[in-house]
Amino acid sequence: MTALSLFEKIWRAHEVVPETAEAPAILYVDLHLTHEVTSPQAFALLAARGVRLRRPGRTLATLDHATPTESRQVFGGMPIRMESAARQIAALEQNAAASGIELFGLRDARRGIVHVIGPELGLTQPGMTIVCGDSHTSTHGAFGTLAFGIGSTEVAHVFATQCLLQRKPKTLAVDIAGRLPAGTSAKDLVLALIGKIGVAGGAGQAIEYRGPAIRALSMEERMTVCNMSIEAGARAGMIAPDETTFEYLRGRPRAPQGAAWKRALARWQELPGDPGCAFDRGIAFDAATVEPMISYGTNPGMVIPVNGRLPAAGDDSFHKALRYMGFEPGEAIAGKPVDLVFLGSCTNARLSDLRAAAAMLRGRRIAERVRMLVVPGSQQVKRAAEAEGLHHVFTEAGAEWRESGCSMCVGINGDTAGPGRYVVSTSNRNFEGRQGQGARTLLASPATAAAAAVTGRVTDPREFAA
Amino acid sequence: MSAPGPAAGQGARGARVIRSRTAVLPVADVDTDQIVPARFLTTTSREGLGRALFADWRYDAAGAPRPDFFLNRPEAAGCGILVAGPNFGCGSSREHAAWALLDAGIRAVISTSIADIFFSNALKNGLVPVRADAATCEWLLAHGGAEVEVDVAQGVIRLPDGRESGFVLDPFARHCLVQGVDEFGYLLSRLPDIETWENTRPE
Repeated sequence: MTALSLFEKIWRAHEVVPETAEAPAILYVDLHLTHEVTSPQAFALLAARGVRLRRPGRTLATLDHATPTESRQVFGGMPIRMESAARQIAALEQNAAASGIELFGLRDARRGIVHVIGPELGLTQPGMTIVCGDSHTSTHGAFGTLAFGIGSTEVAHVFATQCLLQRKPKTLAVDIAGRLPAGTSAKDLVLALIGKIGVAGGAGQAIEYRGPAIRALSMEERMTVCNMSIEAGARAGMIAPDETTFEYLRGRPRAPQGAAWKRALARWQELPGDPGCAFDRGIAFDAATVEPMISYGTNPGMVIPVNGRLPAAGDDSFHKALRYMGFEPGEAIAGKPVDLVFLGSCTNARLSDLRAAAAMLRGRRIAERVRMLVVPGSQQVKRAAEAEGLHHVFTEAGAEWRESGCSMCVGINGDTAGPGRYVVSTSNRNFEGRQGQGARTLLASPATAAAAAVTGRVTDPREFAA
Repeated sequence: MSAPGPAAGQGARGARVIRSRTAVLPVADVDTDQIVPARFLTTTSREGLGRALFADWRYDAAGAPRPDFFLNRPEAAGCGILVAGPNFGCGSSREHAAWALLDAGIRAVISTSIADIFFSNALKNGLVPVRADAATCEWLLAHGGAEVEVDVAQGVIRLPDGRESGFVLDPFARHCLVQGVDEFGYLLSRLPDIETWENTRPE
């Protein structure tokens, strides 16, 4: 029998109609996640066709992208300041009610960023196919799922048929040896990896991250790695499930329970790739070489160690990026002034991320010049952080403690930085204007972000280590 | 398996040959945040996004067109083919990027590489994504305004001097583009297969 990879096993188990030369495969979708920004046009398409949403039980809706994070707009009775956001929220409330989709509404305790709540509820389960009208759907691959982002027309396809037309991507094995050194994180690992393979290095491919460095990561760290797969251009990123995965899922509200759990576990244990399974391509990487990383340019492949220097020369894109960022070739990045620090996003706003930042901030104040926004990935993360007193650490340090949402990662909800401002951000994209027109983003880990908040400058977080 | 026939009412979207002058954007890794900045995503409609196209490159802070930006030059008027640097359309899955290009009159995008989600979104809307070879792209980027032909049915770009350069397009995607077939209709037509599969699926 052919040795099958994790990807191949999941693909085959969801092929309603296999692909041929003439037509793509029809691939079944187990779990569809949706939010207020990319769904309205999909519901409109459905209405225009006169078709009903076929399997409402397989779609979960939440509010995150355009949703305010200011407590008074969420809970305080103050109307949502952005009228357009209020319209999108109202539209999803109406559409969800009309089509029988479960929606975690504005004040729901289970609401949060779509890629944070799926895992924390136990909805994201090994072997599933998961899609969402959001490119960071790759996050769910951390559980051994095939998860990828789709456009709004495809959202309508899933609504109407629970399927997608898909050509099978190629497979890329990324083998990561060694262990992450002390003072570095999963974010540093994935930034270093994208720096190596480039922002199109994963194009057309589903990545499987393997090796001892990956096995040693917690589920939250694995999510950070898989989340950024799209920043390497990959169709998906995935990690084979193991005891770490199962332990994370055990007892979660939407995970199988009792006898169903035992049956699920038996299935999940069959998912890892067979010995000797083939990939179209392979890359080797050594985690031991990773240092705290930071981006200096306008895409996530433009990264250097925090204690390093910008490249001395580059192509047109490099120079264009440096003009936008206001940096010079060859200069050191440590010491660069910082105006804003954003701790949030589906990349780095889970409890372990908040803890890592709080460890740096405990007993310290953020610099006078800096504004810091802490936006938990979900309301559940928020409550868990508050139970540990982390919110006091943040507010006593001078940071703002917000309700959950995508916030300044995408800047649709009004949480933005001004033109020319430097933002050290735990999010995933440093594109021009991503965090506000003219704003300049430096991607980093929660620890590096917190260190920058304290000093008001780009700072190696290892300088803060006890 | 037989290829799908045209869906009713979709014929107008058939795109056999696109003949137009090119507008060129010689920039690599153009992400969808540049094509449509996020602040335009609070719409619930697909219409009228042409004004958002490349908004932060196209207009200054006061909203005045930047005369040096390629789409603001007089010769860009009426161009239906966009030629861009490698990895066009990377980043966010926002389909608004494809809608905005179409709304601004762009019917085909040519690059050496086009990011996967954007590529798929383009096809869903009848915008032709063309992954062309490096030499052809280099020539096109150096000759902005050239009158070229994108022949979708033949999978060929025709340059003004008569040279032809082939490009690969998935046969299904080509069929849908040329015949004006809509993928949604095709998928709906397969609902019986989907139902059968669901009913026989193991736990």
